[in-house]
Amino acid sequence: MADIASDTMPAPRSAASRLRRMHRFDHLFHRLTLVCALFVLAMFVALVGSLLRGAWPAIEAFGFSFLWTEAWDPVREVFGAAAPIYGTLVTSLIAMTIAVPVGIGIAIFLTELCPRGLRRPVGIAVELLAGIPSIIYGLWGFFVLAPVLQTSVQPWVIGIFADVPILQNLFAGPPYGIGMFTAGLILAIMVLPFITAITRDVFETVPNVLKEAAYGLGATTWEVVWNVVLPYARSGVVGGVMLALGRALGETMAVTFVIGNAHNIAVSLFAPGTTISAAIANEFTEALGDLYFAALIELGLILFFVTFLVLAAAQFMLYRLEARAGGRA
Amino acid sequence: MKPIAYALAGLGLLLLGCQDQGAADAGNEAAATADASGVAISGAGATFPFPIYSTWAASYRDLTGNAMNYQAIGSGGGIRQIQEKTVTFGATDMPLTKAELDEHGLLQFPTVIGGNVMVVNIPGIEAGELILDGATIANIFLGQIINWNDPAIAALNPGVELGDLPIVVVHRSDGSGTTFIFADYLSKVSPAWSEQVGAATAVNWPVGLGAKGNEGVAGNVGRTVGAIGYVEYAYASQAGLAHTRLVNSEGNAVSPSVESFMAAAASATWNAEEGFGTLLNDQAGAESWPMAGATFILVYKQPVDVVATAEALKFFQWAYASGDDMANDLHFVPLPDTLTAEIEASWTQVAGWGG
Repeated sequence: MADIASDTMPAPRSAASRLRRMHRFDHLFHRLTLVCALFVLAMFVALVGSLLRGAWPAIEAFGFSFLWTEAWDPVREVFGAAAPIYGTLVTSLIAMTIAVPVGIGIAIFLTELCPRGLRRPVGIAVELLAGIPSIIYGLWGFFVLAPVLQTSVQPWVIGIFADVPILQNLFAGPPYGIGMFTAGLILAIMVLPFITAITRDVFETVPNVLKEAAYGLGATTWEVVWNVVLPYARSGVVGGVMLALGRALGETMAVTFVIGNAHNIAVSLFAPGTTISAAIANEFTEALGDLYFAALIELGLILFFVTFLVLAAAQFMLYRLEARAGGRA
Repeated sequence: MKPIAYALAGLGLLLLGCQDQGAADAGNEAAATADASGVAISGAGATFPFPIYSTWAASYRDLTGNAMNYQAIGSGGGIRQIQEKTVTFGATDMPLTKAELDEHGLLQFPTVIGGNVMVVNIPGIEAGELILDGATIANIFLGQIINWNDPAIAALNPGVELGDLPIVVVHRSDGSGTTFIFADYLSKVSPAWSEQVGAATAVNWPVGLGAKGNEGVAGNVGRTVGAIGYVEYAYASQAGLAHTRLVNSEGNAVSPSVESFMAAAASATWNAEEGFGTLLNDQAGAESWPMAGATFILVYKQPVDVVATAEALKFFQWAYASGDDMANDLHFVPLPDTLTAEIEASWTQVAGWGG
């Protein structure tokens, strides 16, 4: 660039002015990116601010007891968020329990074990899964998955655990087909591609030299994956899991279809429940009365904080992992 | 499947929210400039009458060039939007009281009637075979009757064999006018329901599964043996579910039909002073279906845009006169002519209405 400039414009004065201009441009660019970054912060503050303002009537009426009150009675205007908070956390927990091992397993298979010819088709199929709109998952869950669970899977599971303490309560009937377990299962299927796609990409960044060295030392495939690939790709894997968790916590349509939408806390995972986003989506349109409306907005505010807390906790865990790994090395 | 398409359309509108409002306004303006005689009417509110309002609007536009833009954002949203004067008319399934109307200077009138029916999934029970009454339904939805072999059900159905089958209650999870009509009916016939639950577009359900939309309730009842739920009349036949007969206030077991809804509408006292805020639940009349209600429109008596409001009333005047067949096609029940005459008489309170 500089050479060309000196060829076409030999005058030194002109070169200096060009430099000044470029400097000004740099300065402007710096400012522009700063504005973009500040814009995100401003959006964040505005969002929290408007949620707080909208939720104020409910905050004023119920105070902190909103968090642990189970009742949700639009007629008498008594509202509490305990059931939706519980449902949100439990369904996300079920989803992650299933999706994390399976998703990472698929990624390991694709990068380490899969025959070359199969790699692309399976990879593309996983990416396509990530692009399916959530309402499709909801319809599929409601019309296809729920009847299967209701007629075969749930009665079978209830039968198996009928005499096992604790588990008999966790998997108690009647088998509705829809409920918190079904919602967790649908969420697991929905977040699976996120985990797989991201972990596969980071697994592919693991240098072959490292793996070959480990194999050279006589390590088995399992040992290579567990001791070389996973530690190397750790932060990327956690990033994928967190993205998936974020989606699971906030997912609305698919959950609404299959969770049963009951504002109560039941021990059984087969019982109907509700999540924060499902409750908002369900009731927002016909929420007559200021307090009802405010209670729904407060639910939104709570989801905001729940997501923040969960992601912060995940971040903290990652930090501790890094610190421990660093100490060992 | 039409119902799902409507639900999706309504949902899309809901999700788009405010943007949609802007876009709709822009559309209206474009229509107004394109056709010099065209006047833009905008309305927002209840999702339940959305299919019939949009059908009427399309025919009306072909006829007159006047566009009527209706956004199915829900009754709550409709009431809020008319109070903020962002739309020409609001629409609600739950009528406002006279005090609420007077406070904001609003006029209220009904447009069409919809009925609720109970649907059940019991092996061997055909449509119209089972008979239920209000008190029994209330006890089922309160969780006090939990099996189909309960003596209370047997007493209503001599000769019908109902075995040992647990009842699965299915209700709406989203706030809805259908729920309001249902809960209001149970409040009228069951003191226990009135005391413990009450009536609103969403209530604190003692038992049961919540399903989204009429199609959700129909779907859940359809695939759960022992289930009972309430849906709009149109859905019961479309989903191929077995509806029940209901015992009305005069002790007759009646079947749901346009005729029995009309009978309920004819027996009702519609009071223009009260904004016609009558529900058709538990009405007198030997043939009256006990569970039905109208859906309502709200306009200002002293509107900001006098021309648009007058045009909106003209639209509904045309709909009363020529829209009955379209309503019937979509399983809505048109209002009796005596009532529409009364409604049109009440419009003289609106500034700028010349008839």
